[in-house]
Amino acid sequence: MEDKNQRAPVSQKAHKVTIPDHPEHIGGSVTIEINEKRITVPMGTTILEACREAGIHIPTLCHHDDLCVAGVCRICVVEVEGMRTLQAACAFPITAPIKVKTSSQTVRKARRHILDLMLSEHYGECYSCVRNKNCELQNLAQEYGVDGFTFGHVTKSKYPVDESSFSVHRDNDKCILCKRCVRTCIDLQEVGVLESIGRGDNTHISTFMDKDLADVICINCGQCINRCPTGALYTNDPSDEIWAAIEDPDKHVVIQTAPSPRAAIGEEFGLEAGHSMTGELNTALRRIGFNKVFDTNFSADLTIIEEGTELILRLYQALVEKKEVALPQFTSCSPGWVKYLEHFYPEYISNLSSAKSPQQMFGALIKTHYAEKAGIDPKDIVSVAVMPCSAKKFECNRPEMVDSGYKDVDYGLTTRELAKMIREAGIHLPEMPKSHFDNPFGDASGAGLIFGATGGVMEAAIRTVVEFVTGNKTEDIFENANVLPVRGFEGIKYVEFPIGDKVGPVPELIKHLVPDWNWLKGATLKVAVAHGTANAKKIMEDIKAGGKFSECHFIEFMACPGGCLGGGGQPIPTNEEIRMKRAQAIYAEDESLEIRKSHDNPYIIKLYNEFLTDGPCSHLSHKLLHTHYTKRGKYIA
Amino acid sequence: MLLVEKNAMTEEIEALVEQFGKQRSSLLKILHEIQKKHRHIPDFAQQEIARLLDIHPVEVYSVISFYAFLNTEPKGRNIVRVCQSITCDLQGKQAVCNAIEREIGCKFGETSKDKKFHLEFANCLGLCDISPAMAVNEKVYTNLTPEKAVQILNQVK
Repeated sequence: MEDKNQRAPVSQKAHKVTIPDHPEHIGGSVTIEINEKRITVPMGTTILEACREAGIHIPTLCHHDDLCVAGVCRICVVEVEGMRTLQAACAFPITAPIKVKTSSQTVRKARRHILDLMLSEHYGECYSCVRNKNCELQNLAQEYGVDGFTFGHVTKSKYPVDESSFSVHRDNDKCILCKRCVRTCIDLQEVGVLESIGRGDNTHISTFMDKDLADVICINCGQCINRCPTGALYTNDPSDEIWAAIEDPDKHVVIQTAPSPRAAIGEEFGLEAGHSMTGELNTALRRIGFNKVFDTNFSADLTIIEEGTELILRLYQALVEKKEVALPQFTSCSPGWVKYLEHFYPEYISNLSSAKSPQQMFGALIKTHYAEKAGIDPKDIVSVAVMPCSAKKFECNRPEMVDSGYKDVDYGLTTRELAKMIREAGIHLPEMPKSHFDNPFGDASGAGLIFGATGGVMEAAIRTVVEFVTGNKTEDIFENANVLPVRGFEGIKYVEFPIGDKVGPVPELIKHLVPDWNWLKGATLKVAVAHGTANAKKIMEDIKAGGKFSECHFIEFMACPGGCLGGGGQPIPTNEEIRMKRAQAIYAEDESLEIRKSHDNPYIIKLYNEFLTDGPCSHLSHKLLHTHYTKRGKYIA
Repeated sequence: MLLVEKNAMTEEIEALVEQFGKQRSSLLKILHEIQKKHRHIPDFAQQEIARLLDIHPVEVYSVISFYAFLNTEPKGRNIVRVCQSITCDLQGKQAVCNAIEREIGCKFGETSKDKKFHLEFANCLGLCDISPAMAVNEKVYTNLTPEKAVQILNQVK
């Protein structure tokens, strides 16, 4: 029962019952009566799960599908016959043939009182809140017909707003103490920044020693924001500055869009999850007034070339030159993961790929190569990046990200904030005609696109490395170039790819770096994929202990569950089903593209011919496309 | 904190972890020992405890903030806790408090200038039948009058 790798106590673990194929198989089943409706469920199912099965709606606030049971908000109370008090449906495992009433007079009154009590401490006006019309508390108030404040209403702010972080802001006045953020931070991500502090009416969610969020070990993943039922947690919104730049005739405002926001932004406009809006978004962005719209996937392709070359170089140094190099190589695309490593495993910083994330690579290119080509002074360029991510805001503000001579990326904008800007411009996104990205970076390959899903970076890298090394087409090895073993939402994936005895010629692009592939004959490429920092932690502990992951060559880490498509800037709500649909949208778009391998992208080849003429991992590419990291450690001063 | 102090603190916590075990349930016992010895639990100690018990520092802080008898900043050498329940209030708590404040020279919730006393209110001490009551460190005094309270405090070192 007790898993040594888990920090949270057993009592805080998810109380999940896997439903057996046949109800009589394990533990047996039990027939209960909900509102006089009979339903048979496996023993141990909670009343909430049983009600969902039976199609009976029960309101929830502290309950979240991704998190363990808390039972603290009590909004889901139901009447259980024979019980003296009302019971929380989310935390009541069924072990006997009980009779449940979910909407009796007592229940409705209790829920209304619970809501009234929450509202009596909830300071803030709905119409000035980022979560207006997408707030679970607001929805419940409407659902239960709250038309006044039975227990009064706070008129004064009790807590200051914490705006110290580049990414995540906290407004404790709007907090209802559901502890979803606490469970997200401690249990789901195992970062451990937020906890409830104090007791009684002084209880509030805070950090270690009530410090500012910027001063603690927050990795800015924003998963707490995605799970907050109210507007107590939100991202640092730069849209006002961006509007000002758009209005300014002297400024040339360019925007790059990442694949995950495109797969999810439709949700903000009332569409079902799983609609890719790439073409529509391009048109909308131009109508808003952005001068150029670029595709981050282009620099994702560039990342694959740079990071892949770096991996080949590291392997060459280790196997042929017998040098001491840090292996396995870790991906560095996820800024949340990078900061996690800097804090918790600073001794492994040399394992991180020195390649920048696609966002920052593009930023550096825009203010150098693009500025030169378009004849624009880079100081007049305002570079915006639409990302599914709150940590990208921190990343673009890192002091070392100024390799172009200016701030490489000026603003990181989340999917939610962009949707707000589009609405503000009076545009209904789904009605937009489709259009293409702007040159000189043009369209990107499918390999860059699938960066958005967990396993995507690995798949993209494999598509390229396989062709580089074996000389065969990826399609000959993997059907339709779909590297299925690295796909899927399993927490940790471990895959081995035997290279075999047949190697091809070294491609022109990296010929100056490695003479031949003979040293890779018969070798096996070992890779792993992890998403969510809790899973990353498991791999890191295994590497520390010298386990099987320490023998890997390349490991992809993503800070957020599901990869970028589950990022902290994505539309709310989130759950596994929604993330799965977004992934399907991304993979479907990948299949529809003609070019699906980074090194086949003609614009990438052009870039190496025209600008980065010394090839990948050369002096210029190191200056613009690579970076270094800081050993932060987890001690909070 | 000086490096020497830090090392001493780490050694102390290591010994306590050894003594009580590495499970989460040892946390409160360790915190009590540190509080007893240092009269507060500095942030460095909290992080060391977290590291050695393999939990998050914020969880340690969360526990400390929950209990009135644990604190993160040093208070006075002697802590005076006067019961603020209704019974004590009716039995003349206010007069006792006024006398104490005058004698010590600081208000409730504050520490005296010489750091000898820290005054605070406690919720019901459970001595309503012999109220008003107060606790000085770990000893309780009952049936207080202003004179008696002052006399008791004068005997405290």
